[in-house]
Amino acid sequence: MNLPLSSQIINLLAAMLLLLSFAMLTQRRILSLINLFALQGLTLTLSTLVVAWSTGQHHLYYSAALTFVLKVLILPSVLHRLIRKLSAKWDVETLINIPTTMLVGIALVILAFNVALPISQLAGTITKSTLGIALACVLLAFLTMITRSKAVPQVIGFLAMENGLVFAATSATYGMPMVVEFGIALDVMVGMVILGVFIFQIRERFDSLDIRHLEQLKEE
Amino acid sequence: MNWQIYLVLGTPLLGSILAALWGHKSWAAGLNIAISIGTFIAAAALTAHIISEGPVVTADEQFFVDSLNVFLVALTAFVSMTTSLFSRPYMRIEHAHGKLSDNRLRLFHSMYQLFVFTMLLVLLTNNLGILWVALEAATLTTVLLVSLYRTPASLEAAWKYFILCGVGIAQALFGTILLYSASEKVLGSGGSALLWTHLETVAGSLEPTVMSLAFVFLLVGYGTKVGLVPLHNWLPDAHAEGPTPVSAVLSGLLLNVALYALLRCKVLVDGALRAPFASQLMMGFGLLSVVVAAFFLSRQKDVKRMFAYSSVEHMGLITFAFGMGGPIANFAGLLHMTVHSLTKSAIFFAVGHAAQKAGTQIMDDIRGLMKVSPTVGWGLMLGSIAILGLPPFGVFASEFLILTTAMRLQPWATPFLLVALGVAFAAVFSKVQPMVFGETNARRLPHPPALVPVFAHLAIVLTLGFYIPPYLVDWYREAAKLIG
Repeated sequence: MNLPLSSQIINLLAAMLLLLSFAMLTQRRILSLINLFALQGLTLTLSTLVVAWSTGQHHLYYSAALTFVLKVLILPSVLHRLIRKLSAKWDVETLINIPTTMLVGIALVILAFNVALPISQLAGTITKSTLGIALACVLLAFLTMITRSKAVPQVIGFLAMENGLVFAATSATYGMPMVVEFGIALDVMVGMVILGVFIFQIRERFDSLDIRHLEQLKEE
Repeated sequence: MNWQIYLVLGTPLLGSILAALWGHKSWAAGLNIAISIGTFIAAAALTAHIISEGPVVTADEQFFVDSLNVFLVALTAFVSMTTSLFSRPYMRIEHAHGKLSDNRLRLFHSMYQLFVFTMLLVLLTNNLGILWVALEAATLTTVLLVSLYRTPASLEAAWKYFILCGVGIAQALFGTILLYSASEKVLGSGGSALLWTHLETVAGSLEPTVMSLAFVFLLVGYGTKVGLVPLHNWLPDAHAEGPTPVSAVLSGLLLNVALYALLRCKVLVDGALRAPFASQLMMGFGLLSVVVAAFFLSRQKDVKRMFAYSSVEHMGLITFAFGMGGPIANFAGLLHMTVHSLTKSAIFFAVGHAAQKAGTQIMDDIRGLMKVSPTVGWGLMLGSIAILGLPPFGVFASEFLILTTAMRLQPWATPFLLVALGVAFAAVFSKVQPMVFGETNARRLPHPPALVPVFAHLAIVLTLGFYIPPYLVDWYREAAKLIG
């Protein structure tokens, strides 16, 4: 294998993203989960920067800056404040059966690589080999969301999924047009504000942040 | 320059700001109506312009209007106008019953206008990326509308709605990224590679493998918003727990708009693949939705939940029709979109007042509406008859066209469709009949209900059953051709 240095760095960062996704999948403490999310955002920023530098795509610098501000600075600090206010900082979640979840996760990664293979072969970008990892990150974040029973970890899973999508955009196409990226960032911000308000409402009504209380509406 | 487009988008956007400032005042409902009428007039002007001048691409190619989307723009503006007429007395009564504070009322008016704006943006934009952003924004505004009462059940419904549609729409974003990666090779990177007008001209040279995978993600993503089985779980909860005007616009408009997004993508995939891949997927999901929803209808106890399942059924039928494709099936699909949207919103208007009169949404406890309020009773009865596809209403015409085309093109599907429609008829009719006739338990309301919108919608649906004006036929034909 004789890859240019930039490709090697991108592949390394992609592997780190995947590792962080697995770490988030099995992390029980909410505080650590937020830190992992911030770390994932930082890795994403770095990989976008490397792609921007090695390909000379200037708009990717803006995209990296947007990711850094939103995913590393604003959202983690909002989440930290949120759990401080909720005094949920030291909450430990009982996750069911971590080994099984890990195995399902590994199956998802294999699936993602198989799905992405034909597209990677067609893509002309230097980052094409990482598309499988990007899809795997999206699916693992999805798994994180559905295995959690508390509101805040579900939200973090949702945001991690967004990270995976941004990574997919850089690896398949060197990023979406700028106007679309700004639109996506705006939606994430607004969504986060709404969810924050919601989390307080849910705690007020149910006296708990356990989503298992939200199972009254179903078919008889 | 096309001032009509700016007016169509600008009126509700400005309206949402005005409503955010003064939405709690006693005249706010009037303001809401005035803005909605303004939007409708602008949409009518735009429609007239498109009919006489043909398709328009404007504002640096960011907006694109042809006969397919202008028809949905007109429908959206019309139903949002009648819903604003209905919501005035409805929300007043909810306010008088102490279910809403002034601040919530302000939130309602502001978010209602913003929701209309995002839907019109989805319809008018030429950029598939912006289309995604606007549809996600529409989800966010409706999450706030569904949770308006802040009851435990409505919070649960809104949370479920947000998480499920958020996950779904994330899949659609992945599909859009794949689509961009395919088009970028043909059109070059930069803004133009996501513009629909450019994509359509080069659809034949887009990479088929990437496009078929992209369509799977787009179908799952936008299909969640259309309410296709098995992605429909959010829909009955959101309809049942939100305020009734919101149920009416969710069923009548948002589902159509999501289906429109899917249709635009289908045209590109069909062009790239030259194989009925997208069509088969849409027929499969559509048929499954029709059958599953029909069997769920009879198990419902909540009236708004039941009609939400009926929306799943009808959206499935429309998706099936577009899946079959061809001029007749597409014509029938567009006609069914129109009549379903009008009839279902009329039903929700009637159901809203019926539930207020009975003080509950449980069907077993709503009895004898005809005795206290013949208009509400007849509105609900006629609406149900119309939605079940009895002649002479317009739903009969479109369902008849879909069924006869299915017999010709996809004979295997016909028995499933017939059984599902029969089951749906038995379920809904047997539940609505005792609600309307018999002894009553209803109470008087502090404000007179708004019934003009109900009968206006039903009158249009009835007319469309007898006679479709020639210009409307041309219009549908033109739009049907665009879908392929």
